[in-house]
Amino acid sequence: MKTTPPSAIIIGAGFTGCALAYDLAQRGFAVMVVERGELASGTSGRTHGLLHSGARYCVTDAEAAIECIQENIILRRIAKQCIEYNGGYFVALDDADLGYAPAFFQGVQNCGIPVDEISVKRALEAEPALNPKILTAFQVPDAAFDPLRLAMAFAASARQHGAKFNTFFDVVGFLRDGQGKICGVSAINRHSGKPVDFHADITVNATGAWAGKVAEFAGVTVPVRPTPGVMVAYEKRVTTRVINRLCEPDDGDILLPQRRMAVIGTTSFEVEEADYIPVYPDQVKQMHQRAALLVPELENIKMRGAYMSARPLIGGMMSGRSLSRTFKCYDHQTDEGINGLVTVTGGKATTCRAMAEKTADLVCQKLGWQRVCETAQYPLADYHLYYQANEAAA
Amino acid sequence: MTNQPWQVQIKIQRQRAGEKPYVQAFALEVDPDEYVLDAVERIWAFHDRTLTYRHACHHSTCGACGMRVNGREKLTCITTIRSVTQNGGTIRIDPLRNFPVVSDLVVDMGDFFLRMNKSDFNSVAPDNAARLPYEHPKKLETQTEGEPERLVDCIECGLCISACPAANTDKEYVGPAVLAAIHLMYTQNPSQKLINQADDHSGLWRCHSAYECTEVCPSGVDPAWRIMDMRKTVFKDRVKSIIKPRLPEKKDA
Repeated sequence: MKTTPPSAIIIGAGFTGCALAYDLAQRGFAVMVVERGELASGTSGRTHGLLHSGARYCVTDAEAAIECIQENIILRRIAKQCIEYNGGYFVALDDADLGYAPAFFQGVQNCGIPVDEISVKRALEAEPALNPKILTAFQVPDAAFDPLRLAMAFAASARQHGAKFNTFFDVVGFLRDGQGKICGVSAINRHSGKPVDFHADITVNATGAWAGKVAEFAGVTVPVRPTPGVMVAYEKRVTTRVINRLCEPDDGDILLPQRRMAVIGTTSFEVEEADYIPVYPDQVKQMHQRAALLVPELENIKMRGAYMSARPLIGGMMSGRSLSRTFKCYDHQTDEGINGLVTVTGGKATTCRAMAEKTADLVCQKLGWQRVCETAQYPLADYHLYYQANEAAA
Repeated sequence: MTNQPWQVQIKIQRQRAGEKPYVQAFALEVDPDEYVLDAVERIWAFHDRTLTYRHACHHSTCGACGMRVNGREKLTCITTIRSVTQNGGTIRIDPLRNFPVVSDLVVDMGDFFLRMNKSDFNSVAPDNAARLPYEHPKKLETQTEGEPERLVDCIECGLCISACPAANTDKEYVGPAVLAAIHLMYTQNPSQKLINQADDHSGLWRCHSAYECTEVCPSGVDPAWRIMDMRKTVFKDRVKSIIKPRLPEKKDA
């Protein structure tokens, strides 16, 4: 068993990378995060911002739904500073939606998600902007969060445990020792243009939708499929709660209140390259129609922004909508004989802490380091303090 | 957004860490209804991978993508190309002023975020407290458990500090966003500590009432109004302390 603390490099400072930096640093690792842009500048920053109750997946993907409700409860406790917690409704708009209700009601209960069926009258009193033609409504513990601040809160907590963050460092390859084991990364400091090497006992590829590309540097494959969807933000916060359409996961089925805005999402299609995904006008138009079905007044409210975010779905033979939203850790030693490299990808923003926990467990097991996860127990550090350790380090 | 594409020139101030700034121009085909940040991202993706800039949410909730566009502070993720140029025109993009430039369009927000933290700024508040006090309060729903809450208006983007003439001449000035945060926190939970923080030569009294902050704020915080309102509070506090000397700070300290 090791007695000197091991060191870890984490590639990627999205939700997973930041949460993993916190988890490993709390377990005593010397942690170095290497990220090619700003914190949360890939998929994480552009997430819809929904803290899932899990109800969205309770019928089609129970495993992901259970992960969501468990993590929803934990994040509401530890990351309260960046979550607007007002709950959410699932509303039926037509007979087909009503037909989904029994499966939904059974599903949420099977997954342990608290649910209340509420009368249409009461739903409309609480959310007067809702389409008055709704046929039924269920209340679930959904919430909205600020994406950058959630990543920063994990990163601030990581820094308080000594983790170092190198943002704007682009990883260009892996370093290997004499036995072919991966012992770090080569990167370019994008502020100065200068190359730099970082060494560590273990490297974790936490690059989400880019995990396949980064794994290629090591000659291994990760079956991740970048699966973008569009989000459209409006100039007015039309509801207090998250409004979901009571149906199987579909395009434009979630309307989220956030600050003074409402944000509708999303679509689902696959791309090869996630670096730049155009916002397609026809998808924006489709979102606009779907949003107005849930809240009619959105028909005439000005759009404030439209953006694409690439989910990191773990591939199989199925298409995007039917792929599981759960996550996976790959130990490239057991799978491909490449020692010193672990990949974590898939998952949802809501489950980032659990993804980090499972990955840190694997890393600890590989290195014979016996410390357990404590990230669910304490509130995260104030997100502003991401910059405090920065100063101390300088 | 089914427009004829426009041809525009985008001129960006470039700067490697520790080197001199220069301006680089990129010719781009754009949709006039897309956002300035989309164009910047495309320059990075297809023209020059060395370009550095900050961004995250792409819909004005995170505050990371503030830049100066044609000399004016903008949140680039919600600024349409159409609103800043015309077909065949030029867009000039510079980093925010009054922050240290790290490289290209990336500025160091560290001091600013730590000043926000000192004001006890809380990003989530009850919905009514998150509003401007002169707005109509929202009628509370009758059948909810507890008061609805939301993320407040200030997204800590730094546009107001970049636009502020006083911040430009005095690096010690905490700036509009921090004073607005103190005001917001004071309206929720009044304390002598917040009054003392605001009542400082690098605080409330450094403001020249230029109102540039309110002009550029993408989020409706109205920092200028909050600064003026906070001055009234501080003034009343001073008068009160003359009539009845203030007790030593205890519970608020």
